[in-house]
Amino acid sequence: MGRYEGNPAAVRALFRGHEVHRDVYIDPEIYRLEMKHLFANAWVFVGHESQTPNKGDYFATQVGDQPVIQVRHSDGEVHVLYNRCPHKGTKIVIDRAGNTGKFFRCPYHAWSFKTDGCLLAIPLKKGYENTGFENSGKGMRAVGEVKNYRGFIFCRLADEGISFEEFFGGSLSSIDNMVERSPAGRLEVAGPPLRYLHHCNWKMLVENQTDTCHPMVAHESSAGTAVKLWKELDMPEGTPLPPAMEIIAPFTSPYEFFENMGIRTWPNGHGHTGVHHSIHSDYSEIPGYMAKMTEAYGEEKAKAILGENRHNTVYFPNIMIKGPIQQLRVFIPLAADKTMVESYAYRLVDGPEELTARTAMYNRMINAPTSIVGHDDLEMYERAQEGLQANSLEWVNVQRLYEEDEDFSEEAVENGTTERQMRNQFDAWVKFMTADRAMQEAAE
Amino acid sequence: MSVSKEQLIDFIYDEVRMLDEGRYDDWLALWLKDGHYWMPLDYKQTDPHNVTSLMYEDLFMLKLRVERLNGARTFSQKPKSRCHHVIQRPFVDVMDDAAGTYVTTTFMHYVETRLDEQFLLALTARHELALVDGSLRIANKRVDILNCDAAFRNIQLLP
Repeated sequence: MGRYEGNPAAVRALFRGHEVHRDVYIDPEIYRLEMKHLFANAWVFVGHESQTPNKGDYFATQVGDQPVIQVRHSDGEVHVLYNRCPHKGTKIVIDRAGNTGKFFRCPYHAWSFKTDGCLLAIPLKKGYENTGFENSGKGMRAVGEVKNYRGFIFCRLADEGISFEEFFGGSLSSIDNMVERSPAGRLEVAGPPLRYLHHCNWKMLVENQTDTCHPMVAHESSAGTAVKLWKELDMPEGTPLPPAMEIIAPFTSPYEFFENMGIRTWPNGHGHTGVHHSIHSDYSEIPGYMAKMTEAYGEEKAKAILGENRHNTVYFPNIMIKGPIQQLRVFIPLAADKTMVESYAYRLVDGPEELTARTAMYNRMINAPTSIVGHDDLEMYERAQEGLQANSLEWVNVQRLYEEDEDFSEEAVENGTTERQMRNQFDAWVKFMTADRAMQEAAE
Repeated sequence: MSVSKEQLIDFIYDEVRMLDEGRYDDWLALWLKDGHYWMPLDYKQTDPHNVTSLMYEDLFMLKLRVERLNGARTFSQKPKSRCHHVIQRPFVDVMDDAAGTYVTTTFMHYVETRLDEQFLLALTARHELALVDGSLRIANKRVDILNCDAAFRNIQLLP
């Protein structure tokens, strides 16, 4: 037993309001407890329903460190099952996606299961007669609860706990906006995700999503150089920026731009940058799109949908979406110092293909393993992961625009350079890391 | 004007040598100005636009990539990466002297290193070349990574 197992007071003490202890990033025991408590008690993103459009379609992924399968059952509902045969533990599917037909069949001993997990058949069944073996409960196990919110599949591994609506609350407005940018009100995944492996803690990546004081510093080499090269081309005044420049140039915006853009936080660790404007605000209009949106929603609502320019919305614990460009990134924890980042592009159903192309361009320019922007982010995270080993100082600062007695149970809008959203995440982190103990105490 | 098969093959060898030696200005000078360097994300990907790729870059983006490598505040290049190509003899798939266009396919191994890390990629490079004013130029280049669907760490130079 380590320092933190069964010791919620020690876990709580890792977050002091304006600073967090380095163990949240580097301690393997804390990582293990995150998988056991935080990722079990929170609502975690699984996939998008368009990844499994037809009956029998499946998609294999991870929720925390748990192997799961998202599958479309014969009744059309999306189920989330553990990717483990109840017999010997064999993973039922090993490819990332496919169609299993009407049932799953384990490749080891041919036990078969309906696509809702129920046991269908076992070869040579009579061998289990009079052994105490009961059919019931011998199927593939389902996660605690599943919610399909406008196409986005989330699950809670724990059988009991906070409801989906209470967990996300007002933060769902960012998903709403992303979905409503489609004239049909639907999104579809556009191809496979970029997969990018980082040797750092998953929370560093999540925190960076609302870190508005790093782009002009860490990305000077890419965005700053792009602006310089464009100037050197000496194009005639008024020449429209090519799409690549529209995407990369705003990364060099001054501090004032980011201060004024604002940050909103919601309870349970969710929040977004870009309340008033964002780096996505000045993208050029796509001809014909506004007309289609007006036809679908009416002029007033169409303007309201497209007028919203939220930058990054963090859904605690481990995804970020960009509504205006239909991008989603998942930060999958693999170890205390290892994180897989998957970056997805989505297509607006009935929307212009130019927007899909822009999203795909953003994805590869900013978030690919080959990205000149991503390279510098990874460099910063990994330097931090290594630097945190220094015993001279055990605390990490999250103090920018900190106020004593901050109340994260209320929605708040603040200066865009505040680190309040990082503190909001740690407030939720403590809550869900210790939720099992809190429930136990309530029951006692 | 026409070019020999040997000239086409030498061109490919010269190009990877420029990349390995970091002679990027020479390398950029090989490109036609509307060319694209495409590195697909999906195995046998056909669409560079509406699904994500690892790279799909025009000459402006390639210049930016090269310029950044030498920047004073390019933190992920402190210290710098190094790379090394080992190539098979290129196949010349198309030789159209009348149009002045040529296509080659080259299998290669690519090694990139920085600090204590080194990785190996198996690549298939497809070059569309054009004969312009008596010299061969790159019209388009497509680089397929054998394990394109695997998770990668930073790939910082040009495979």
